[in-house]
Amino acid sequence: MTELAVEAVGLVKTFGRLRAVDRLDLRVPAGTVCGVLGPNGAGKTTAVKVLATLLRPDGGQASVFGHDVVREPDTVRGRIALTGQYASLDEDLTAAENLVLLGRLAGFTIADARARADDLLAAFDLADSATRQVKNYSGGMRRRLDIAASIIRTPDLLFLDEPTSGLDPRSRSQVWDIVRAVVRQGTTVLLTTQHLEEADRLASRIAVIDHGRVIAEGTPGELKSTVAAGSVTVRLRHAEQRERAREILARVLNAEVELDPDPVALSTRIGGTDDPTALAAHTLFELSGAGVPVTDFALGQPSLDEVFLALTSPDAA
Amino acid sequence: MTRPSGTGEATPASPRTGDLETLLLPKDRQPRRATAVAALRAMSWRSMLKIKHIPSQLFDVTLFPIVMVLMFTYLFGGAIAGSTDEYLQYLLPGIMTMSVLLTTLSTGMTINIDAKQGLLDRVRTLSIWRPAPMIGYLVADAFRYTSASLVMVVVGLVLGYRPAAGVLGVLAGIGVLVGFAFAFSWVWTALGLVLDTEKAVMSVSMAVMFPLTFLSNVLVDPDTMPGWLGSVVEVSPVTQLVTSVRGLTSGVWEGAALLWTTVYGAGFLVLFGALTIRLYNRQ
Ligand SMILES: Nc1ncnc2c1ncn2[C@@H]1O[C@H](COP(=O)(O)OP(=O)(O)OP(=O)(O)O)[C@@H](O)[C@H]1O
Ligand SMILES: [Mg+2]
Repeated sequence: MTELAVEAVGLVKTFGRLRAVDRLDLRVPAGTVCGVLGPNGAGKTTAVKVLATLLRPDGGQASVFGHDVVREPDTVRGRIALTGQYASLDEDLTAAENLVLLGRLAGFTIADARARADDLLAAFDLADSATRQVKNYSGGMRRRLDIAASIIRTPDLLFLDEPTSGLDPRSRSQVWDIVRAVVRQGTTVLLTTQHLEEADRLASRIAVIDHGRVIAEGTPGELKSTVAAGSVTVRLRHAEQRERAREILARVLNAEVELDPDPVALSTRIGGTDDPTALAAHTLFELSGAGVPVTDFALGQPSLDEVFLALTSPDAA
Repeated sequence: MTRPSGTGEATPASPRTGDLETLLLPKDRQPRRATAVAALRAMSWRSMLKIKHIPSQLFDVTLFPIVMVLMFTYLFGGAIAGSTDEYLQYLLPGIMTMSVLLTTLSTGMTINIDAKQGLLDRVRTLSIWRPAPMIGYLVADAFRYTSASLVMVVVGLVLGYRPAAGVLGVLAGIGVLVGFAFAFSWVWTALGLVLDTEKAVMSVSMAVMFPLTFLSNVLVDPDTMPGWLGSVVEVSPVTQLVTSVRGLTSGVWEGAALLWTTVYGAGFLVLFGALTIRLYNRQ
């Protein structure tokens, strides 16, 4: 069995009467990237804080590399690093001072901490603003500095709580590059996000959480197939044939067909199918037999956003 | 912010991959866990840096004490003791004590603001000696208390304060004062962690501090007070501290007061120190 970087069983954390984390189960194999996905208030930050020893759980168990977060917090702390949702830096200090401070706390001598800070600032494209107070940093710079601070010493497990929220596309892809580099070098990453695209790109497994519980778990592909819906979109050469095409599609695919705003296009959602190729061939055969020429035919998997909405909608629970 | 200069030449969209590949230290080059002393030194360094970046923090240890000495000497001196010169000898050690104790107030607010800023969260996830961050604050505070005391002594000397016990006596007095203030500050660290907002911290600490400093022998001799009030004032830790400082600076050995000051100081340190660490650990 592979080692588990994170194992949470029935984890509970309450704030007064609110169960922010409610019997959460999570297993993250070492060396992988786990994406924890959930809407606002789902309990992502709370869960991460419990796993990172910042909050005491009110029930259940959690361990990091086999060490219980409540009974052996110091051992756990020796192996993790946390980049919180909101920058966890000293706003009044400069970027360099922040890194030197955290380097010294990580156990470096003053000289080594300085050297390490310089290296990280250069690698993260921050060398030019190293002597500026963090409160004058832009959101993207702050994020990068915050991540740099988390890898001063190499953690075995890195928590990233919404590492790219509020970043522009360029800063976001910088952060993604950093995360990939960190993972290539053997660190396990647990990242939370509200964006499926991000989880899809970075994570090998995704846990969708809502109301403090895992409501779906798997690879991005598996998640898509659990929602068991795809779509067929057809574009016709002649707009006046759309009614015909609609009848054919409804009969062949046995589903309701929507007319798109584009007068030559129609689409339909289909249930899960074992053999999409056969389905496509059959549909096209019928259309062509009825003399309805097609300019475009697309068989689509549901987007992860559709999965997300389907899983976390109020009536899905 | 400094963007890569837009000179038309292609700037890398993200940190160069080469740099990123060597980003993490290999396992055999990891530092060893910081010792307690190293962690404490780092946290104290940080607090000192904050003074450097926000020099206005030093107002309350420079301007405030000067205003206090001038105000009390000239406003009350004539009325209470008949002569400002004579009163200054009695007053200065007391005013110095009072100012330093009032200076300790900001500790709670600093911690409260800091806890919201996030650095503390990160520090809490580090494997370091747990009390280091909290003690770190107080080391910088001890520096502030010392500056405040020295400023007041200098102002006092200019106005005619002539401590009988000389330089050593004054230094001993400041030592006891700063030591007690350090121990007493743990009340505020605990408060700073327990209350929600810095405003709440401010009002609660004011509500504690004002009676505590005024119900003492800082300004007037307790013998002149009604009996019951005199006895309350007599047992106050501030009274004991002021008596000690006055004794040391004027060359009178106040054994009992020194003992009580030590006992009170140790009490605050142990009780509120433990409470602070508990609060800091929990959350
Ligand atoms: N310290 C706290 N005291 C009281 N309630 C809290 C506290 N922290 C979080 N909560 C509540 O717990 C629930 C989960 O919050 P949490 O921050 O974990 O959500 P999240 O998934 O991180 O959301 P977001 O995507 O907005 O960051 C929310 O309803 C929040 O209001
Ligand atoms: Mg959150």
